[in-house]
Amino acid sequence: MTRRTTLSAGLALAGLLVALEAAPALADGRAFVSNERDHTVSVVDLTSMTLIETIKTGRRPRGITASPDGKLIYLCASDDNRVEVYDAQTFKLVKTLRSGPDPELFVLAPSGNPLYIANEDDNMVTAVNVENNELVAEIPVGVEPEGMGVSPDGRYLVNTSETTNMAHVIDTKTNEVVENVLVDSRPRYAQFNHDGKQLWVSSEVGGTVAVIDPANWKIIKKISFAIPGVNKDAIQPVGIRITKDGSKAFIALGPANRVAVVDTRTLEVEKYLLVGQRVWQLAFSPDEKLLISTNGNSNDISVIDVASEKVTKSIAVGRLPWGVVVVP
Amino acid sequence: MSFLPETGPRRLPLRGYAVCMAGICWREALRFLNQRGRFLSALVRPLVWLFIFAAGFRSVLGVSIIPPYDTYILYEVYVAPGLIAMIQLFNGLQSSLSMVYDREVGAMRILLVSPYPRWFLLLSKLVAGICVSLLQVYAFLAIAWFWEVEAPPVGYLTILPALLLSGLMLGAMGLLMSSLFRQLENFASVMNFVIFPMFFTSSALYPLWKVQESSLPLYYLCRFNPFTYAVELIRFALYGQFDPISALVVAACAAVFLIAAIIAYDPSAGLMGRRGGPDAAK
Repeated sequence: MTRRTTLSAGLALAGLLVALEAAPALADGRAFVSNERDHTVSVVDLTSMTLIETIKTGRRPRGITASPDGKLIYLCASDDNRVEVYDAQTFKLVKTLRSGPDPELFVLAPSGNPLYIANEDDNMVTAVNVENNELVAEIPVGVEPEGMGVSPDGRYLVNTSETTNMAHVIDTKTNEVVENVLVDSRPRYAQFNHDGKQLWVSSEVGGTVAVIDPANWKIIKKISFAIPGVNKDAIQPVGIRITKDGSKAFIALGPANRVAVVDTRTLEVEKYLLVGQRVWQLAFSPDEKLLISTNGNSNDISVIDVASEKVTKSIAVGRLPWGVVVVP
Repeated sequence: MSFLPETGPRRLPLRGYAVCMAGICWREALRFLNQRGRFLSALVRPLVWLFIFAAGFRSVLGVSIIPPYDTYILYEVYVAPGLIAMIQLFNGLQSSLSMVYDREVGAMRILLVSPYPRWFLLLSKLVAGICVSLLQVYAFLAIAWFWEVEAPPVGYLTILPALLLSGLMLGAMGLLMSSLFRQLENFASVMNFVIFPMFFTSSALYPLWKVQESSLPLYYLCRFNPFTYAVELIRFALYGQFDPISALVVAACAAVFLIAAIIAYDPSAGLMGRRGGPDAAK
């Protein structure tokens, strides 16, 4: 009897261990990661957390985004001076779009058309109709345009120019620059929050993120970062993502190998999450359970559990991963 | 002689064995809890390593990914399983070496006249030592948790069998040493010649690939050190994973040490005998 009791207790414990083991939070979706040096896009399945496909693309793929229905993937092939459109299911090239010279980053209008592209070498923003590949507008902006953000209602487009150190606000009705906001050195990325009441702009060299009020285009606060033991120069904010409920913002800090979590109410940094080397861009899974970061120098992506604010896994992709988008 | 039934000791009920082991464990736990200094030093030692040594090596930009880790970690996180094994190493040697004294003057003398077989008494003593090490390890893990050394919740459960196995190996090793060598009562020499070499030539402080990069002979030393496998067994178990090679090596070493210790342990050839006591002439 004693033996039987011991055995059943042992089995119960083993059962408990197995039950506890099979509990990791899973999210559906596939992450498309542009690998700048490999000229490829890596497709990672977020349920199995494995690399399922590597797509050969045009040269130097950087900016990447998806159509609102998640069926098409748009990709900047910077050195081929075009935008490539891929089918998110078959991974086949569907068509290419004009882009203007050296497209680096772009943003799709909330309606899915047009596509606004920053031309780094040309000091222009090009708007292209994704249906018929027609040029909608060419808007002159500052020197070395890069970051692109669009307000949720599609009314305002924001471009950041790396050398002019400005966020240029463009009225999409007239395609004219209506406002320029001076921010810290080398602005890289622009992101509106979901109700459109805040615009966040990251400055890579300045090491800050400016939070701007779109009502008057004035800076509400500049968020700065400090990580014990990490040299200030290594803290270079780039990619920004804000949760749909507007409670948290995640900011990629480049060679600091950290993603900062910011409380959007207080605009204070809550936490720094250790990810791979030179973290660049970020993307949520469709259900916002996971956040993916591209880590350029360690050639992998890190998966962050949004609720617990913990990095759960890093997955190897191609060389120099740059941008990422997740579709259902 | 004739008062005892001939097969007496062999027919001792299983329950009796359990009571015997529980008694020895309880005594050891009481002794441990009453010696606050010992508890404190057992806790402070790994914490000093965690707070001071690991802080110097902090590697703010992350330690590369190696199994069982899924992503980048700080050095504190890497070194924690090694420190857990260190707790067990100290505890195993300390409790086994205390038997050198126990054998001569302490409770072991009385214990050994009990009708239970000697191997069982020694095993009970080992288990008691392991139980004490569990208290120390979980106290350490609780403090380390506040230092952002967090394992998945299941890891705190799956680490238990690993701790039992590694504790058994290290305790049996201590027992064997206390049986074999004459002057082990000097704990400082044990530190110098056993604990430190074992601890430093293992994967406790640095991943083996890093050791291999800097020195190949050192790498082989680490590879042949059973302590490395105890560390890796604990490391994997803390993250809910099982490392079969480490488990096999640790189990095999534990068995060898234990059997050798039981054979070598001869109470009649205790300190008194060796030092010219009544049995010295034998």
